[in-house]
Amino acid sequence: MTAAVVVPETPVLVASDVTFKIRRFNPEVDSEPHYETYTLALYPTDRVLDALSRIKGEIDGSLTFRRSCGHGICGSDAMRINGRNRLACKTLVKDLDITKPISIEAIQGLPLEKDLVVDMEPFFAAYRSVLPFLIPDGHEPTKERIQSAEDRAKFDDGTKCILCACCTTSCPVYWTDDQYFGPAAIVAAHRFIFDSRDAAAERRLEILNEKEGVWRCRTTFNCTDACPRGIEITQAIAEVKKALIFRRV
Amino acid sequence: MTSKVGTLYRGGEGMWTWVLHRVTGVAVFFFLFVHVLDTALVRVSPNSYDAVIATYKTPIVNLLEVGLVGAVLFHALNGLRIILIDFWSKGPRLQRQMTWVIAAIWFVVMIPGVYFMLKHTIQTIFGSAA
Ligand code: SF4
Ligand code: SF4
Ligand code: FES
Repeated sequence: MTAAVVVPETPVLVASDVTFKIRRFNPEVDSEPHYETYTLALYPTDRVLDALSRIKGEIDGSLTFRRSCGHGICGSDAMRINGRNRLACKTLVKDLDITKPISIEAIQGLPLEKDLVVDMEPFFAAYRSVLPFLIPDGHEPTKERIQSAEDRAKFDDGTKCILCACCTTSCPVYWTDDQYFGPAAIVAAHRFIFDSRDAAAERRLEILNEKEGVWRCRTTFNCTDACPRGIEITQAIAEVKKALIFRRV
Repeated sequence: MTSKVGTLYRGGEGMWTWVLHRVTGVAVFFFLFVHVLDTALVRVSPNSYDAVIATYKTPIVNLLEVGLVGAVLFHALNGLRIILIDFWSKGPRLQRQMTWVIAAIWFVVMIPGVYFMLKHTIQTIFGSAA
């Protein structure tokens, strides 16, 4: 007896017209940002990044945005898509409501340079200020630094960060207080604070104990919802807060 | 540069409870402020104190009282939720569910609460059935 082989029907992809409402700003001519709309035919499997590339290539070459890898790993193309921070290269047309125009804006809280491009420097400055690199003590070992699987698991989540700034620029605290380190910097600090091979946890905790450190977090979870890497950011911040209160790493 | 032209960030439960927490916090603070003032009046002039307290027995103030109880209750429940987020290891992962739990508790307390608080006002306005 032979089992009937069920051949799944290949779904036929149909392109449909999708409208984008993009917040544009050219510092050389505009005093204020404004919206422009573009309509083009897209497949459900197309990504927002494909749409932007086609708008730039076929409709309006002046549209400015950042992208590099196109595959969710370089962290260049964070933007606010339909009111939420997302990577354009990881957002599929089929996951958006295309009956209405899709709004695309630059991320908020960093200085706007042009269209969807912001100045990332304050973001990276906050990142650098938490010492985001391994600071061991003692002699350099002749072999590798051994770490147990359990110890590795403590900071695994944070290692996935691609520094896209989706989190920090979704944070209501950061919008109004650009001195706040922001969730991404805290994730980076957490990644080393809880690393058993690292010896500078105290220094990082002191930095994050400052007025503009972890205590500014109001647990709104916007960052966690926005992270394209699925990092449980608010959880990491809570762990740093607890480490500060109980002085236990 | 920053500009006001833009959409509102579409945050989830966490963002909106935070906004409500702020609003209710400020509202409760102003109540306490007024409350300290009116109570202090008793030492200045007991007569005007009585006059002020009498104005509190009007239906509008009664409604404000209901609002106050609702605000304090939300602020207290959400405060517990935030403590659990910060101190309970499962808290951050369950924050959304906890939002719905506090919403449920709020309604369960407020529905009978509002009834008893407004009973007197409704009776004075529409006359008591008894
Ligand atoms: S959880 Fe904290 S860091 Fe994250 S968005 Fe909210 S306030 Fe900002
Ligand atoms: S934590 Fe997530 S959202 Fe924030 S910068 Fe890293 S990858 Fe992006
Ligand atoms: S283009 Fe690299 S993350 Fe989107």
